[in-house]
Amino acid sequence: MTLSVVYAIFFYAATLFLLVGLARKIAIYARTPAPLKIPTTPAPITKAGVVWRMTKEVTVFRSLFFSNKWIWLFGWMFHVALALVLARHLRYFTEPVWGWVTLIQPFGKYAAFAMIAGLAGLWARRFLVDRVRYITNLSDHLILALLMAIALSGLSIKYLSHTDIVDIKAYVMGLMYFDLQPLPADGFVLLHFSLVIALMIVFPISKLLHAPGLFFSPTRVQVDNPREVRHTAGWTAE
Amino acid sequence: MAKPTFDTPELKPYQEVPDIPHIEPGAMAHSRPFMAKPEHNESIGYPGELVDNWQEAGVKRLGELVEGSKALRVFLDTCVKCGACTDKCHYFLGTADPKNMPVARQDLLRSVYRRYYTFAGKYFPKLVGAKDFDKEVLDDWYNYFHQCSQCRRCSVFCPYGIDTAEISMAAREVMDSIGVGQKYCNEILGKVHVVGNNLGLPEPALKDTLEGLEEDVEEDTGIPIRFPLDEKGADILLITPSADFFAEPHIDGLIGYAKVFHQAGASWTLSSYASEAANFSMFIGSGANLKKTAQRIRDAAEELGVKRIIVGECGHAWRVAYSFWNTLVGPFDFLDPKYPAPMHIVEYTYDLIQRGVLKLDKEANDHRRITFHDSCNVARASRMGNMPGGQFILPREVLKACANNFYDMPPDTIHEKTFCCGGGGGLLTDDLMELRVKGAMPRMQALKQVVDEYEVNTLVAICAICKTQFAKTLPYYEYPMSMITSLHEVVGDAIQLGSND
Repeated sequence: MTLSVVYAIFFYAATLFLLVGLARKIAIYARTPAPLKIPTTPAPITKAGVVWRMTKEVTVFRSLFFSNKWIWLFGWMFHVALALVLARHLRYFTEPVWGWVTLIQPFGKYAAFAMIAGLAGLWARRFLVDRVRYITNLSDHLILALLMAIALSGLSIKYLSHTDIVDIKAYVMGLMYFDLQPLPADGFVLLHFSLVIALMIVFPISKLLHAPGLFFSPTRVQVDNPREVRHTAGWTAE
Repeated sequence: MAKPTFDTPELKPYQEVPDIPHIEPGAMAHSRPFMAKPEHNESIGYPGELVDNWQEAGVKRLGELVEGSKALRVFLDTCVKCGACTDKCHYFLGTADPKNMPVARQDLLRSVYRRYYTFAGKYFPKLVGAKDFDKEVLDDWYNYFHQCSQCRRCSVFCPYGIDTAEISMAAREVMDSIGVGQKYCNEILGKVHVVGNNLGLPEPALKDTLEGLEEDVEEDTGIPIRFPLDEKGADILLITPSADFFAEPHIDGLIGYAKVFHQAGASWTLSSYASEAANFSMFIGSGANLKKTAQRIRDAAEELGVKRIIVGECGHAWRVAYSFWNTLVGPFDFLDPKYPAPMHIVEYTYDLIQRGVLKLDKEANDHRRITFHDSCNVARASRMGNMPGGQFILPREVLKACANNFYDMPPDTIHEKTFCCGGGGGLLTDDLMELRVKGAMPRMQALKQVVDEYEVNTLVAICAICKTQFAKTLPYYEYPMSMITSLHEVVGDAIQLGSND
């Protein structure tokens, strides 16, 4: 039971850190003025156009596709797989499990392998392409290592340790409803949980901020209408 | 000028998937523009020399800039080092210096920002590549933020739209604020504030030049085409880069504008007070100077009582005019609301052609086999016409209306993917000649493709910087200097003067 309590404390702390950290960053992005109009043109001339531009960026990584096919392939594969895997994990958080979550279970299983393949491709580039090697910091390797370890430990729970997922679900639901249940003392489960806690803490203080940041990038989200609508903010509004 | 001490890159045949050079660290570490003299820095509101507490002051200024700019905030946080931008900069392609890869250039500033303003950088600097703002870093900043032409090509390809131009403008502002200015930009800005143009051409000289032009053009064409200066009550104020008053091939463009105005029967004027479209304040990221320089133009327009403002062929000037004027010195509610404020000369000419006002003889340009260079600031930081991408369509339509032989360069080198000429962003100075020649390589390679395939002999541009840069660098690649031509020279040559009378 000690283990359950320790992990519960870490999970609560990490969740708080993640939510407060992200909310704080998003508030800062939203509050910081964009004094000048700087959309990278050609840019949409209406708000609806910007929504369409961003939809393409977020769903199919449009700019990246036209930029570098390898990074696009690995990066897109990783992100889509991650989304599927996360969706699949919803079954641990819902009772009864939502219909569509049940539906995607088999896809989610294979997505884990696609996720690993994507990460491996991105990581390989950090060693093999001299330009990418040059711009890589230790932290870039560590984040890839962390994600890779999360994926591998998750797969290990499924294929190696055969832990009873009913117990895992009971623990997770217990966390959600503040009704602590025993945590299965399986090595891979503990490792998986520890790594996820680490990721939650790293998220709001690292480059993983690209996820919320994208929606505030002035070159992408500004409407190209400076002649029609007078824009002022920050020092240009003084 | 001293003989070049560098080799001009060899032009290989154009390939759709280009050869990306292997990195050569330090290849351009020696490239460094002349520093501004104290009086240049002071004339635009900065300390003359490196201030005593420069580290502290620089870091503080950086913090202020980030606080006031959503772009900086987001760009400094979000880069994931994916590498998509690493092969997109013309200076990297031309020099192989890894610090000319956009992300590496950003990292020069990002590493300092992280050190002083982020949790990870404060407590684990090695882990995230955070660095103290020391002399070595400052030198790297000066060298490599003056190897960025702020052309925004990287921002097109970045999955988050990170724009190295914004970072390089901020870095230059930080340096200026601690007394480290670049001579070329700061000296020129000082002249604009005092005289009204980059060249330092005073009113009497400008008047002389324009009168001389009137005589020359009349001698040439037999028609009295006017170049009016400071004419109160004119309908149109033309704001054009001062290079147009001064040198080939710019001046032929000015003659072209005058022919267009003449043929349209328009009432127009230049201003001696605001005789400059260029606004180098953007290059050094100085908001105060940006506004002050733009204000001259608004003041001149009000003083002359014009109804419209039209901007001549200049890339960054069009960005400032199109994207920033309304914000900085607007609203332009004293102008005729029927017309966009401001309007590009290409929009004006295009409209006249559409309405059949200009009679054009395409055959007059049959000796030309033309290609068009999209200038970076027009392509990626502004627009023409009323649809996205009009900045690509209008100039080409004007050219095709004026000439029979038009050929585009390969698709990955035009429109929003255009390569910078290599001289933009305040780098158009002889002390950066090696950088300029090497940075021109990707454009020259694309040009070679159309020269070899279509025997193109005319490279048309609508930017004073591009024109000057190409006039200087074309010969390094064994192309004649005369290839570079103003768009409105082609227009001017096709106009059937007097045909409307």
